Amino acid sequence: MAERTGPGRVLLVTGVSRDLGRRFARAAACHPNVERVIGVDVAPPRGDIGKVGFVRADIRNPVIAKVIAKEEVDTVVHLSVIATPGNTGGRSTMKELNVIGTMQLLAACQTAPSLRQVVVKSTTQVYGASSRDPAMFTESMEPRRTPSSGYARDVADIESYVRGFARRRPDVAVTVLRCANVLGPRVVSPIASHFRRTVVPNVLGFDPRLQFLHEQDLYGVLEHAVRTGVPGTFNVAGDGVLTHSQVARRLQRMTVPIPEPLFGLARFGGGEYPAELRALLTYGRGVDTSRMRSLLGFEPRYTTEETVVDFAESVMPSANRADRALAALESRLTGASGD
Amino acid sequence: MTESAAHGFPGTTTRERHPLRAIPATDWAAALESAAKEVFGAEWEEQLARFIVFLRRRISGEYSVDEYGFDRELTQRFLLAVLRPIKEKWFRVEVRGIENIPTDGGALIVSNHSGTIPMDGLMTMVSIHDALGRDLRPLGADLVFRLPIVGNIARKAGATLACSEDAERMLRNGELVGVWPEGFKGIGKPYSERYKLQRFGRGGFVSSALRTGVPIVPLSVVGAEEIYPLVGNVPALAKVLGVPYLPITPFFPLLGPLGLIPLPSKWLIEFGEPIRTDAYDASEADDPMLVFNVTDQVRETIQQTLYRLLGERASVFG
Repeated sequence: MAERTGPGRVLLVTGVSRDLGRRFARAAACHPNVERVIGVDVAPPRGDIGKVGFVRADIRNPVIAKVIAKEEVDTVVHLSVIATPGNTGGRSTMKELNVIGTMQLLAACQTAPSLRQVVVKSTTQVYGASSRDPAMFTESMEPRRTPSSGYARDVADIESYVRGFARRRPDVAVTVLRCANVLGPRVVSPIASHFRRTVVPNVLGFDPRLQFLHEQDLYGVLEHAVRTGVPGTFNVAGDGVLTHSQVARRLQRMTVPIPEPLFGLARFGGGEYPAELRALLTYGRGVDTSRMRSLLGFEPRYTTEETVVDFAESVMPSANRADRALAALESRLTGASGD
Repeated sequence: MTESAAHGFPGTTTRERHPLRAIPATDWAAALESAAKEVFGAEWEEQLARFIVFLRRRISGEYSVDEYGFDRELTQRFLLAVLRPIKEKWFRVEVRGIENIPTDGGALIVSNHSGTIPMDGLMTMVSIHDALGRDLRPLGADLVFRLPIVGNIARKAGATLACSEDAERMLRNGELVGVWPEGFKGIGKPYSERYKLQRFGRGGFVSSALRTGVPIVPLSVVGAEEIYPLVGNVPALAKVLGVPYLPITPFFPLLGPLGLIPLPSKWLIEFGEPIRTDAYDASEADDPMLVFNVTDQVRETIQQTLYRLLGERASVFG
């Protein structure tokens, strides 16, 4: 695969008001092959954006097309697909930002002659999570049940628009990265907040398999995709799976089982549990990443386990009494058997 | 030892620590230690140390599961250990033809299904593990994985969903996969129809074996039919509960929990000669005629073996 190292690449990054988008844009701006990075979002970024030029624009309106044309953008990195409404408003605003926003962005891209590449961060949540799922989804598999609402539906719609765009502009390399749940010491997401709770609720009688992608590997794979320009759709996740109970134990968290019907009702002291997270915490999900290695040529630095270990260092243990007691007993025993 | 034990009990008084406050971990440890000495005797330290290493690994989550959720350590140390005496003492399982299972590489074990609950699958797992040291990876219906606890245990024990994607993935990775094509039709059939094989689905398992080129090993299990003789069913209530059948046996629900004890029938299980599929081309897996023929061959082999084994068994409880 020929590397695109031509001087002076111009990147447009959407979703820079959020931490992942902001950090990626800032890092990209420092790259020697990149001439400039334009960050776009409806809200101003919350932290330092370094050399990134920020344009406050709503990707839902046609201003974005002017920005792409005027700045002669050659690469669009679309990171503004959001999983939770957060501070942007309700679910309908979120859907509008996700779906209408992507449509507008792609419409703008379609008429931009300078454009050579589009990278979209999607998620493995497009596969859903159910009892009828195969253990490991490959990129060619469809979700067993088409999601009718929520984030998963948004992502499915977005991916279909992206596929349509790729057909209409065959000269543009389109890369869709279906990333597993991103975790890292600084990550704020529904699942990260879930595991940061002092007492972690779990679905009674279920121990789902989980896969994580380290925050650093997310930046790594985005950078890799922009640099190499390999087109296609790829699952991206750390190696291996951990069960929910293993993650809770690694984080030294106490868990409290909640029956499945109640899990949807309770809000557990302000925690956000959207439908797709509830499904994930019940049935779990695994994705096959062999295409990520063979075709995309990307190797994550962290396995799922190492991601959780790294995340654990940012989390204060809340239930390690049993382990401490056993450790005391063990050192006592090994000390005793020595003499 | 006495000195270090004495250190474990610091002179605390109720004035220093509220009597209802939790006892410190070190005190627990010291108390456990003296208890262990009572229970395990002279070699208690070594035994206990090994057990504690295991316990700590479990508590800290530092064990691994494979991509299907199979927890090998838990399965071998607990599930198989619990099932082994049932296999040897209660059902007195007699295993034949174990040499027909390849010692390595992928293979598909196809078995008849009976007994109201899938005890036959569990006994097959123990038998294969004890004879060959290989783990049987059962394929289960999606209902299994929808149920709380049951689905969880099934995945931990190495099972996964009976779908072509998972079956072929496992077979390609050289796993020994077990399938019960009669499904609920077999396991929930009335006692009067015992040892009569039900329809073998659509032969999906044969397609998977053809695509991956692994041998099919037919397995005939005699004895599981009599553990919970199903004499009645409550279809209306089963429908409400969303389960395929609701069994009534001579002792259940009449005797309550006591009725859940399986009858101690005598079991014979026989692995038949493997049916090779590597001679076919992988593309032939989509040929319905070939799939049907191979399915029929497997089904017929199992049915004939069942009749022969029934003739050889002295009596149901012999």
